[in-house]
Amino acid sequence: MTAKPGWKQLKEGDILEAGTSQKFTTADWRSERPIFHKERCIDCKLCWVYCPDSSILLDENKKVCGIDLEHCKGCGICSFECPVKPEKAITMQNEHK
Amino acid sequence: MAVAAKTGNEAMAEAMRQINPDVVAAYPITPATEIVMIFAQFVADGLVDTEYVPVESEHSAMSACVGAASAGARVMTGTSSQGLAYMYEILPIAAALRLPIVMCEVNRAISGPINIHCDHSDTMAARDFGWIQMFSENAQEAYDNTLQAVRIAETVKLPTMATTDGFIISHCMERIETLEDDQVKDFIGEYKLTPSLLDIENPTTRGALDLQDYYFEHHVGVGEAMKGARSIIKSVAEDFNKKFGRKYDLIEGYKLEDAERVIVALGSTCGTLRAVIDELREKGAKVGLLKIRVFRPFPADEIAKALSNCRSVAVLDRVEPWSGVGSQTFVEVRSALFNLAKKPKLINYMYGLGGRDISLKELAGVYENLKKADSLQEVNYLGVGE
Repeated sequence: MTAKPGWKQLKEGDILEAGTSQKFTTADWRSERPIFHKERCIDCKLCWVYCPDSSILLDENKKVCGIDLEHCKGCGICSFECPVKPEKAITMQNEHK
Repeated sequence: MAVAAKTGNEAMAEAMRQINPDVVAAYPITPATEIVMIFAQFVADGLVDTEYVPVESEHSAMSACVGAASAGARVMTGTSSQGLAYMYEILPIAAALRLPIVMCEVNRAISGPINIHCDHSDTMAARDFGWIQMFSENAQEAYDNTLQAVRIAETVKLPTMATTDGFIISHCMERIETLEDDQVKDFIGEYKLTPSLLDIENPTTRGALDLQDYYFEHHVGVGEAMKGARSIIKSVAEDFNKKFGRKYDLIEGYKLEDAERVIVALGSTCGTLRAVIDELREKGAKVGLLKIRVFRPFPADEIAKALSNCRSVAVLDRVEPWSGVGSQTFVEVRSALFNLAKKPKLINYMYGLGGRDISLKELAGVYENLKKADSLQEVNYLGVGE
């Protein structure tokens, strides 16, 4: 592992390139993970709209294709909002299972 | 150069007109109201091309200042007391983001109980937020400090406040000498922040999450900038003196060279002290004044050097910080003297809280007390009812 830059190397005023959150996992405190069931998905994108962490992945045709588990903190909003019945297209599962 | 009769608030507003900042976001509060009120009139009259943001609180004012400064604007604001306190949450963010915001701050008591008059409670409580702090003795210094603050802030890349004493300076009319508009323009120069937050071709992130990884390093960075500010403030003052013939420094002595008994003070009281010193000097008393013009960064070395040869020193502070061990300036001056081999006897007076008047007689009494400083207690109140 390379040493972190010290204060002399940091830019003044904490000015960074945009999009730094992509390099930083916000998922390591997750206790429940969403499981995406492709066969049940109707591609309404409500999960994508509601996700507070932009963690719903879309494929090249802009169809829901999975979950970014590096940034998903497991809030479960996607599963809660999923309108598919009787079983939702995104279900939550305990991380320890 | 024009001579005019102006109050401290008018002087600061005039400086703001000549600076012509890109953005001013402010919320009026006594006794600083007039600064932004007069400036709003300048905006309405088209005398400046400033974007004036009339916000709903001081918290929003400082937030708007941070946003505008991040975008690369030259930004100013003005406030006082509770208004400054309402900005406290954003003040260290402005410093950590290294944004050169300039504030005209009018020193006023902090509630409670409610009081609109002068003391230094508000500014002293903001001393640890990474802002450069300058105190003014009169309206002339308020004007000159405001102009220098722009250069200082933009060179050091730290926010800077120039302060006056509420009502004593802010509302009292004095003779001041103002500079020509183009002289001010030439002195402060152009300002450009790169990269600007509005540069959408090269997008940047500001104020990202730091946590255990870099918070410490960023704090050290601000601390080092503050240390470096000393020489920059001195060089800006030297340039100001060279161009306009008015001399400033971090500290200023009055009849200090051979003084045996010295009072250390900030702000308007220094003017009163000069009169007291003149009177006592006529009677042969070796008394002097050490005025602290710049409180942050604290000029510890300069103070230690200036006080090393006197016998006894009283540090006057217009604030009671309820620490139980004396006021802020006293504690820091004592710390500055600690490593001296030969130290003067040092005592503390807290005075003038909530606009309590300070008289020539009381100040002469402090010099009298300094003769027997050894028998006095370290921390004292001046002019308080017992």
